[in-house]
Amino acid sequence: MHELGVVFYIIRDVKEVAEQNQVEHVSSVVMDIGEVSTVVPHLLTDCWRWAADKEPLLKDCELKINTIEAVSYCGDCQQEYETVKFGKDCPFCNSHNTWLQRGNEVEINSIVV
Amino acid sequence: MDEVRIIEIKKSVFADNEKDADALRHELKGRGVFLLNLMSAPGSGKTTTLIQTINRLKDKIRVAVMEADIDGDVDAIKIKEATGVPSIQLHTGGMCHLDAEMTRQGLDNIELRDVDLVILENVGNLVCPAEFDTGSCANAMILSVPEGDDKPLKYPLMFSVCDLVLINKTDVMPYFDFDMERCREYIRQRNPKAQVIPISAKTGEGVEAFADWLLNEVAVWKTP
Repeated sequence: MHELGVVFYIIRDVKEVAEQNQVEHVSSVVMDIGEVSTVVPHLLTDCWRWAADKEPLLKDCELKINTIEAVSYCGDCQQEYETVKFGKDCPFCNSHNTWLQRGNEVEINSIVV
Repeated sequence: MDEVRIIEIKKSVFADNEKDADALRHELKGRGVFLLNLMSAPGSGKTTTLIQTINRLKDKIRVAVMEADIDGDVDAIKIKEATGVPSIQLHTGGMCHLDAEMTRQGLDNIELRDVDLVILENVGNLVCPAEFDTGSCANAMILSVPEGDDKPLKYPLMFSVCDLVLINKTDVMPYFDFDMERCREYIRQRNPKAQVIPISAKTGEGVEAFADWLLNEVAVWKTP
C-alpha cells in the first residue's frame, strides 16, 4: 500500500551507495521482499519505473525482486511452519504462541553497475 | 568497454527511518516531551476522542497536537477551536503514513519548550502507519465498535505495535454484534502487552482512564 514511499527509500539508499562507489549508472537493483512484508511486488516495480526514470543514475534501471518465503516458529512445540498458509495459529499444536522467523524483509540485496 | 560489477548492500530500506526515529526519541527524552502516535481507521473518532481527552488534561499538562492527513485542515481547526491548545496540520502529499523525518518536520513547527505532550494524529489507515516508526514514545490506536470485534485478526501488525488500544463508541454497543471480551482476547493473542480501555468519546465514558494513562506516561517519560 505504501510502495511509492518504499521506492523513495530505495532510491535514496541506492544513490548513497552509488556515490560512495563513484558509480555513474546503475543497471539493476536486486531486492529481497518477504511474503508478509505487505509490499506488493508488481506495485513496487510500477512505482519504481515511474520514479527511477526521473533520476539519470537510475534511468532504465531494472528492479529485480527475490521473494523470501515467510516462516513462523511455534514457541510451544518448537516447530517451524509456513506463515502464509497457517497464519498465527500453529498447525501442529494450535498454539498462538508463535512468531515470525523470516518473511518480513524489505531489503536491498545488491546493485549491478 | 562495459564492465559489470555487483555491489552488495544487504540493508533494510527501513533502517534509516528506524535510525531517525531512535534519534528523535532520544532528543524528545532529553527535552522531556512525550510524543504519542495515535492511529486508527478513518472515522473511528480520533479527533473527537482527542478533544474530550485534551479538555481533561489541559489544566494539568501542556498539550499540542499534530494532525496528519492527505489534504485539508478541518481536523486541526476543530481541535484548536474546541480545546484552545496549539494544533498544526501536516499534509502527507498523498502518502499513506508519516515517517520519522516527516514527524520531525512537524515538530519543528511546535515550540517544544512550552509543551509536555504532543499527540500525533496519524493518517487514518490501519496498514501503512504500523510499518513506519515515527519516533514516538508510545503508540496507541482506536478501534471503534461499528468496525467489528474481529479487527485484530484482520490487521494484526497494527495491533502488535500498539501499547494501548482504545475501543471507542461503546455507547452504540447495543446496536452492534460487538463482543467486548472476544475483542480483548483477539488483541491479547496479537499483543499480550497492549492495554485496552473502552471509551465513548460521545458520552465521555472511559475518557478519564485514557487521560490518566497519558498523565502517567508523561510523568514516567519526564523522569530522567
